[in-house]
Parts: sequence; structure tokens; C-alpha cells
Amino acid sequence: MSTPAVSAAPARPAVRRTLWRDATRSFSRNRLAMIGFAVVALFVLVAIFANFVAPQPYYRAKLSENLQFPSIRHLLGTDAVGRDLLSRIIYGIRTSLFVGFSVQIVAFAIGVTLGALAGLRGGWVDFVVTRILEIMTAFPGFLFAIFLMGILGNGVLNVILAISVTSWIDPCRLTRGQLIALREREFVIAAHSYGSSDWRIAIRHLLPHALPPLVIMLALGIPNAIFAEAGLSFLGVGINDPIPSLGKMVSDSMGYISVYWYMGVFPTLTIALAMLSFNYVGDGLRDALDPTMYNR
Amino acid sequence: MGRYILGRIAGLLFTFFMVSVMTFSLMHAVPGGPFDENKQPLPPAAKANILRKYGLDRPIYEQYARYMWAALHFDFGIPFQSPTETVTKLIARVWPATLQLAGLVILLSYSLGMLFGILAAINQNTWIDRGVTTLATLGFTVPNFVIGIWLILIVSVRLHWLPTGGWGSPKQFIMPALVYAQAPMALVARYTRVNMLEAMRADYVRTARAKGMSERTIILRHVLKNALIPLITVIGPQIPNIATGSIFIEAVFRIPGLGRYFISSTYNRDYPMIMATMLLAAALWGVTYLISDILYTVIDPRVRLTGRRDA
Repeated sequence: MSTPAVSAAPARPAVRRTLWRDATRSFSRNRLAMIGFAVVALFVLVAIFANFVAPQPYYRAKLSENLQFPSIRHLLGTDAVGRDLLSRIIYGIRTSLFVGFSVQIVAFAIGVTLGALAGLRGGWVDFVVTRILEIMTAFPGFLFAIFLMGILGNGVLNVILAISVTSWIDPCRLTRGQLIALREREFVIAAHSYGSSDWRIAIRHLLPHALPPLVIMLALGIPNAIFAEAGLSFLGVGINDPIPSLGKMVSDSMGYISVYWYMGVFPTLTIALAMLSFNYVGDGLRDALDPTMYNR
Repeated sequence: MGRYILGRIAGLLFTFFMVSVMTFSLMHAVPGGPFDENKQPLPPAAKANILRKYGLDRPIYEQYARYMWAALHFDFGIPFQSPTETVTKLIARVWPATLQLAGLVILLSYSLGMLFGILAAINQNTWIDRGVTTLATLGFTVPNFVIGIWLILIVSVRLHWLPTGGWGSPKQFIMPALVYAQAPMALVARYTRVNMLEAMRADYVRTARAKGMSERTIILRHVLKNALIPLITVIGPQIPNIATGSIFIEAVFRIPGLGRYFISSTYNRDYPMIMATMLLAAALWGVTYLISDILYTVIDPRVRLTGRRDA
């Protein structure tokens, strides 16, 4: 969506102003968003290179070194069976991010496809999708995810599946609503009138307009999925040993909370930091991409 | 209006039907039932007897029809995890703890949330506003079980002021209610603030200022009234959420409420209890959505009941 009126500003002809370029600039000037972005980047790097960053494999347990307070040897201490907590947290970040990103990929693949079909085709497809969306407004999603986990059993892929079942709803509703609102706009009608094909209109005219809110939703959906995974694992129906999950580490720590406080502190801090930074990035994106938010 | 409400009720019943069908069929689609004993295998005859007693030997659509027929008469069967009582009795026994907590939380979060939101809006762009906004973001993003654990660590373990958990004495109510209130409070504060700011820029407020009305009267008589109306659609749906969703809080503070029994029923494949809880949640959510939408139109005459909610 380039702005054709560049020639109207002859003083700076070299800079083409686009929504995304403006957004990048606005985002980079938002201090909280940039801090969040830095932390997210750090988390992503740590997750990718967990094998190199972590001092020990996440599964190595040395019973002779169990329940040690933080020290030089074990920077964040060890758990009840003598596993290095720092290593477990690093691999736990990998699990969290893997679930967070995977859920969003699944949710958007399903949600945007269905939403686009409903919004562009209308007819019975729209009827069916709208009914599903209506059902889902009063759907106890998290209870259902817990119930699903009870059926499917613990595991990373099952967690992704259980969370995805309800998380495609919002992108679907947003895509459909956006497309229906855009369909009637003058520039789309104009494109129709000079004979653009439906495909061309969808890709060249509708998609660029529908994209910014979807990007915001995508960014804010990642921490939600991370939270859902941590929550399910915390309740004991998510990811189980030996795969490290921050939520599971928190619930494991609860039995030792009165003496071995460090066991609960560091995993909860990591969860809080991840949630906060992802949310700041999402909020920053919203401020940068949504022109209607300028005066808030 | 009547047509609209009837349509919404029909939609609600359909939702209810779909939730029940999905839960019921999924529960029965997976191999492994509540009486598959690995450690102490039952003799086949005894197992067949038990299956017959609970109706588990019949075709699934028949089980479903029987179940729903009974459920319509508030008979949700017998919970596998506690066979000496009915599901209805079990829920009646464990839900009050959740409801007490929910009541406290609703009271606390709505009153404090509105207060903070109003204070932030009136003092826009001051440290009060920034403080409230930061707190709201924190309350919204940091999971409540995380805050719960930190509170236990500081208040119970370090300072020995309050018990770490349990349910019964007022001392045990404080921390769970505070922690559970954090997210709805943040939500209410955020919406109150935005709505207040919007209302404060409205033309009728400018008119009121122009005719020399005091700022206090403007806020109380004009801004508040208009700013709090849209909150109904935000606050309403939070109620069933709070009344059924305190699972994390119940796990952190060891409260014997509905959430804990829901978790234990998924462990134990306690079909009747799972079904009843899901139906209860779906019914509560659907009814509250409907009521809050209708209330909204009753209080705000500008809104007409024609559109769908996904605008």
C-alpha cells in the first residue's frame, strides 16, 4: 500500500513513506516496546541455542546435588532430584516459545482461511462459519482445553492442539469482519469496475488493508498461548517431565516453597518477564500500526 | 425486541447443544474408560455388570439422549470419583467455596477497578494515570498463579502474616481474593479509563463547561453516567468467567472448590462430573452474555437490537 503522492513532497523525494515504514519508525521510538522487543529477541536466541547456552542437559539429575541453593556451580540452584534449574529454565523457554509460536501458526492458518472464505465468498460458507463463531462466544475454552488434555494425555503436541482448538476463533472473526467491511469500500468497487479479477482484488487490495490488525492480533496471541501452556502444565495437565515446562516447574516448586524459595522464584520470574515483554511488543505494534489509536 | 431475544435464546440453546455433543462424543471416542483397571483387573462378568449399571454398554447416541433427558431434570448422574453422592450434590458441596471467592473478587475488582480508572482519567497524563496504567498492564499480563506464589513467598513464608492456603477463616480469604481480583480489576480499570476519556471529550461535556458548570458536577452528572454504560458489556461476561474459572487460584491456595474437582475429574475420567461442569459453564456464559446485551440496550437507548455482536 504505497502512497502515490510522494511527488507532492519534493523536499525528500528519496523516502517513500509506507504504512510499514512509518510503523517501524514509530515502533523504534516506543521505549517500552523496544525493551520488550530486546527481551523477546533474547528469549528467542536462548531458545534456539539452548544446547549451547544451558550449562547442563535439562534431564541430567544428580541426586547427590539435590535441593541446592543458588551457587557458582548451579547459578539458580537445583531441584528435588538434583537437576540444574538454570538449564531447566532455558529449555523451558524453548518449550514455551515453541508452543506459543506453533499455536499461533495453527490458529492463523485455520482462522484466516475460514475467515477469508466466509468474508469473500459469503453464502453458505459464511452461514456455517458465523454459526461456529456464535457458538464459540459462549464456549468455556480453557475448561475445554483442560478436558481435552485429560483425554489426549500430556505432551507438547497435545498442548498445542488443545490450545489451538479455541485460539483460531479470534483471527477468524477479525478476518471475516475486516473483509466484509472492506468489500464495500470505494477502492474495491472501483477495482471491480475496471475488471480486476477476484484474486487480484483479494491479494492487492483487501489483504494489505486487513493485514495490520491481524499482525497485532498475532503478536498479542503469542503471550496468550505461552500463558495457556504454562497454565495447563501448572495444573498438571500440560507438559510433563522430563520435558521442561516453566508452568510445571512452578507447580513442582510449591511443595518446597517454605524452605527452598528459589525453586519457585526463578520460573515465575521467567514467565512474568516473557508475558510482559511479548505484550509490550504487541502493544507497541498496535500503537504503531493502528492509526485510530493515535490520540489515546 | 421480542424477536431478537427469541433468536438469541435459540442461538444459546444451540450453543448449549453443541457443547454437550462435543464434550460427550469426545469423552466416549477415546479408548480407556473409568473402569479400565490396570492394577486390579476385574473379572469380565463384574465389569459388564458395572458397565450396565452406569449405562456404558449402550450405543453412544442412546447414552447421550438418556443423559440429556436426565440432565434436563437436574439429574447429572453419579460422579465416578465420589460414588456415594450425586453430581448435583457434589457440585452443591464444592461450588460454594468458588462462589464465595467469586463474590469477593467481583466486589473488590469492580469497585477498585472503577475507582482507579476514574482517578486515572481525571488525572490524565499525571503520575497517577501512569501508575494505574502500569498496574493495569501488570495485572493483565502477569499470570495470577505467578503473583499468588510471590505473595505466598513474601506474606506467608517470610512475614508469617497469613496462612499459605486452605479455605474457611477470613484470614484465608484475603490473598486468594486479592490475587484473583488482579486481572478483572485491571480490565475494569482500563475500560473505565478509556471510556471516561472518550466521554470527557464529548460535545455535551464541552457544553456543560461552556455554561459554567463545576468540574465536579460535570464528572458526576455527565461523564460518569455515559462512561460507565459500555462497561456492562465488558463486566457482564466476566462474571461467569470468575464464577467458574478460579482453577489456578484454587490450585495455588488449596481451595476445595469447583475448579479443583474439575481438574480431578479430568484425571479420573469422571464423565458425569466433566459433563455437568462444562454444561454449567456454557449455560452461565450464554445467559450472562444475553443478559448483559439486553441490559445494555435497556440502559442506553441509542443502541438498537439489530446487529450481531461481532461488529
